[in-house]
Amino acid sequence: MYRYDEFDETIVRERVKQFRGQVARRLSGELTEEQFKPLRLMNGLYLQLHAYMLRVAIPYGVLSSRQLRRLAHVARRYDKGYGHFTTRQNIQYNWPALVDVPDILDALADVEMHAIQTSGNCIRNVTSDQYAGAAADEVEDPRPWCEIIRQWSTFHPEFSYLPRKFKIAVTASPHDRAAVKVHDIGLILKKGEGGKTGFEVIVGGGLGRTPYIGHTIRDFLPKEHILSYLEAIMRVYNLNGRRDNLFKSRIKILVNTEGPENFRDQVEAEWEKIRDCDIDIPREEIERIKRYFAPPAFEALPGESASFEAARARDAGFDRWVRVNVVAHKVPGYAIANVSLKEPGRPPGDATAEQMEAVADLGERFSFDEIRVTHEQNLCLPHVRKDDLYAVYQALKEAGLAAANVGLASDIIACPGLDYCDLANARSIPIAQALAERFAASGEEEDLGELKINISGCINACGHHHIGHIGILGVDKKGEEFYQITLGGSGAEDASLGEIAGRGLSSSEVVDAVERLARFYKRERREGERFLDAYRRLGHDAFKGAIYADA
Amino acid sequence: MKAITGNRLTDGVVVYLAPDGTWTERLEKARLFEKEEAEAALEAARRRVTEIASVYLIEAEPGGKAAGREALRETIRNAGPTVRPDLGKQAAGPR
Ligand code: SF4
Repeated sequence: MYRYDEFDETIVRERVKQFRGQVARRLSGELTEEQFKPLRLMNGLYLQLHAYMLRVAIPYGVLSSRQLRRLAHVARRYDKGYGHFTTRQNIQYNWPALVDVPDILDALADVEMHAIQTSGNCIRNVTSDQYAGAAADEVEDPRPWCEIIRQWSTFHPEFSYLPRKFKIAVTASPHDRAAVKVHDIGLILKKGEGGKTGFEVIVGGGLGRTPYIGHTIRDFLPKEHILSYLEAIMRVYNLNGRRDNLFKSRIKILVNTEGPENFRDQVEAEWEKIRDCDIDIPREEIERIKRYFAPPAFEALPGESASFEAARARDAGFDRWVRVNVVAHKVPGYAIANVSLKEPGRPPGDATAEQMEAVADLGERFSFDEIRVTHEQNLCLPHVRKDDLYAVYQALKEAGLAAANVGLASDIIACPGLDYCDLANARSIPIAQALAERFAASGEEEDLGELKINISGCINACGHHHIGHIGILGVDKKGEEFYQITLGGSGAEDASLGEIAGRGLSSSEVVDAVERLARFYKRERREGERFLDAYRRLGHDAFKGAIYADA
Repeated sequence: MKAITGNRLTDGVVVYLAPDGTWTERLEKARLFEKEEAEAALEAARRRVTEIASVYLIEAEPGGKAAGREALRETIRNAGPTVRPDLGKQAAGPR
């Protein structure tokens, strides 16, 4: 893992000190709320329905046990005993007091954490594949590049007042687990001619009010040029992105009004001008950062583990958890263990302080001290010996974290919605809970296979409903909650935006409607066909019909 | 009727302007205004910058029930998250 050097340490500490002063001035009345708001937002502090909300950065979703324990400590000491993991691999606390926030930030700084780049019109925290460094299918570890982008983007003076927030995601696998095509910039590390690796550069994707799938503006960029190329994109956007209309200020609008080819030409022209201006990171520095992400000391193990197989044969619950939550690792004898934060009936993505500590302990004992946060609001232990999986499972079970549903229907992505969020039109969590309980109780979840359900409480789309196989959007109709279903979205390598399926449904109707969709799929599917595949084959109208079948 | 609500500056807790001019945590104890007097009262409340981080008017019925278009939102603010009855004002039990 990356460790802070003195520069990182200094800027984080200075930022906390500065914010402490700003909070004091706000409390004394020297600053009005109007003056203070942009300052608190620069430090990840929002005001929500019930209280302040503090969003803490977890750069590219990577945590050490020590850091996760500290997050648990903050939850217990300063909040109400839990935290909420978000679709941007961050964590949010829902109840911090303003007067405590400087102390919280100091407590986080002790473990090299902060709330920088979690808000405001800057380049936000870069996100990545949660299986980075472990995935069997990755070309190379994307994390050094994420860290390089982080260092370049943090407090970048030219890009601190962009037209709007800016999100970059990086993946290095053909199977996209980072939703790179729906980010302002998506980067895919891949192999080019002569076996060299470089980036495919995708620009202008995004969700929200006006969703777009990004456009590839460069098929292959030699990776050592990544920073100058990013800088060229940012410059074109910073100059030409709209500042007069909040709804048109994201880069996706610029790319799509100017046309991707035109936009690409502008970027390439800018890049020609600046590519030799020493923006790119020197080779030695790349190597230095790469060393932080050197693979842990994996043992030479046989691919199969007899004790693991025996435990699977003995314990059906474990066997199912392995089938659903455990993923192949690139090193023989190891596995990637997903920790679901979607126990049916619980708010998606929430973890108690005790649960965080349990996962931190497991990370320390069994996963080389590494824990990952996934953009699907789960956690992940990236490097577990197959021999240890049963012990991990048992401990997770004890902590209430052994739900075997990763990627299945009850692994629902949901934003906080009207239960917490100031901008919400409708609640998201109760719909997620009701659906998850319905699917879990049906006993058919595993048979239904990969089925991604995403719920957002308003058009801002924090629950990424446009890219759910089934998306649910909360809308407000004369003060009542309604839900609009979209079908056929995907955030993976086969990215697509869901299509709206007819009129909105009440909260009592929506759960039945989704169940009917699942049943329809089950009846119509062909061998090996996922929900999304069946939808694409049979078409929108066929599925839409199922929604309103009995209604 | 209207009530004046906001979030307390120090901790963000939802508060309402009470009849005695202090802030109460319960909508049931809030002062209710006729429409005409509400705006002026809101203006006065806005000036209390060291007490509150936000302040605005809501519709409420006598007895302190949120009303109107934002009734659900304001009910949730007054009670706490519907998915966590152990959190927010509702955690204190029936009043
Ligand atoms: S989608 Fe809307 S309701 Fe949900 S968290 Fe985002 S802003 Fe809030």
